[in-house]
Amino acid sequence: MKFVEEFRDKELAAGLVRRIEEALGDRRVSLMEVCGTHTMSIQRYGLKSLLPKNLRLLSGPGCPVCVTPNEQVDLAIAYAMTEGVILATFGDMAKVPGSSTTLLKAKAAGGRMQIVYSTMDAVKLAESNPDKKIVFFGIGFEPTAPTVAASILEAERKGISNYFVVSAAKVVPPPMEALLQGEVQIDGFICPGHVSVVIGSGAYRKIAEVHRVPCVVAGFEPTDVLQAIEMLVRQVRDGRSEVENQYTRVVHEEGNVAARGIMDRVFEPRDAKWRGIGVIPGSGLGIRPGYARFNAEVQLPVVPEKTVENERCICGLVLKGVKEPTDCALFGKECAPENPVGACMVSGEGACAAYYKYR
Amino acid sequence: MCLAIPMKLIEADGPFGKVEIEGVKRKVSLQLLPDAEVGDYVLVHAGFAIERINEEEAKKTLQLLTELALAQEAEEQ
Repeated sequence: MKFVEEFRDKELAAGLVRRIEEALGDRRVSLMEVCGTHTMSIQRYGLKSLLPKNLRLLSGPGCPVCVTPNEQVDLAIAYAMTEGVILATFGDMAKVPGSSTTLLKAKAAGGRMQIVYSTMDAVKLAESNPDKKIVFFGIGFEPTAPTVAASILEAERKGISNYFVVSAAKVVPPPMEALLQGEVQIDGFICPGHVSVVIGSGAYRKIAEVHRVPCVVAGFEPTDVLQAIEMLVRQVRDGRSEVENQYTRVVHEEGNVAARGIMDRVFEPRDAKWRGIGVIPGSGLGIRPGYARFNAEVQLPVVPEKTVENERCICGLVLKGVKEPTDCALFGKECAPENPVGACMVSGEGACAAYYKYR
Repeated sequence: MCLAIPMKLIEADGPFGKVEIEGVKRKVSLQLLPDAEVGDYVLVHAGFAIERINEEEAKKTLQLLTELALAQEAEEQ
């Protein structure tokens, strides 16, 4: 078993679509796929075209690059332009527009930016450039945050003194709760599978039990997503609001305890700003004072340029599920993956990029 | 960014190991999955193994979907 093709079976998908139709009847139901990788999967396999019209799928704030606000992009650019610093980050960040430029353009203008695949590569970069300061721009949600924490522990273990981290990591359940106070009706959440690998399906209990909104943790292959939708529609039909787990092959109730342990050792909760949503209490991860010597913002403070938002870009509204990418006047015209105006068009899992690629 | 790929762990040496898929081999960190064993299928995210894939659970999901599809067909006939 390769755990991929088996979950792309057309017959199984067709069976699920019929069950969704049956359970849905003529109810109008809106479900939010929180994770950008789900958005990508839904677009790639054309799942919306298989589903009844009275079932809406809304894209949520689940793309780390997209929710990173301009001031943090500007901060990364300021580091790239600082003498003696190499800014290391994941590839998705390179083309994200900040207030006036991108990391890639900053590099062309003489800045130093290195794309890494893994945080361990950033630590190696520090080892092989002892005369430079390596600043890793650590964006990401719960699957990535432990890898950033592990890089700090690795630098500590190896006695590396020129490795620093900007912690821009975020956690997903707080914005899910925040969106429930907003203007969009959400009848159920398709919960992010790989975030849940780390935090466990139990992490959504408050949303299901206190806010009374059904939650189903889902995998990323087409039958995974369809099965999760089927489970959610049945919960809505039956008037239940529970946490169910479709992705049992990797997600446990308690999550990955070792990964969470490493994350908790290095990080502590802090308030964080999300593009389009604003500041959400406790939704970010800051570096604990005990690891302050690896904290770029403490050790190497820089002053980024004044933040300017592009007022014509509706990325913020797309991230809240208020608007769809195709509602934007710039979509596919001025704004395309080769020349993105807003963050949602940059990352492959940004809603705008996913809609554009599979339109 | 939260993409993770199922790969087979073919070597493990302390905090690092090697994974393979379709002949492509990569180094992987095992710090987040210290009890991973050679032969396990693991989910790999940004150079780290983040979880072991449970084959029994995968089979159960597929079995359930097959039964649901068959039951649906029988109902419609």
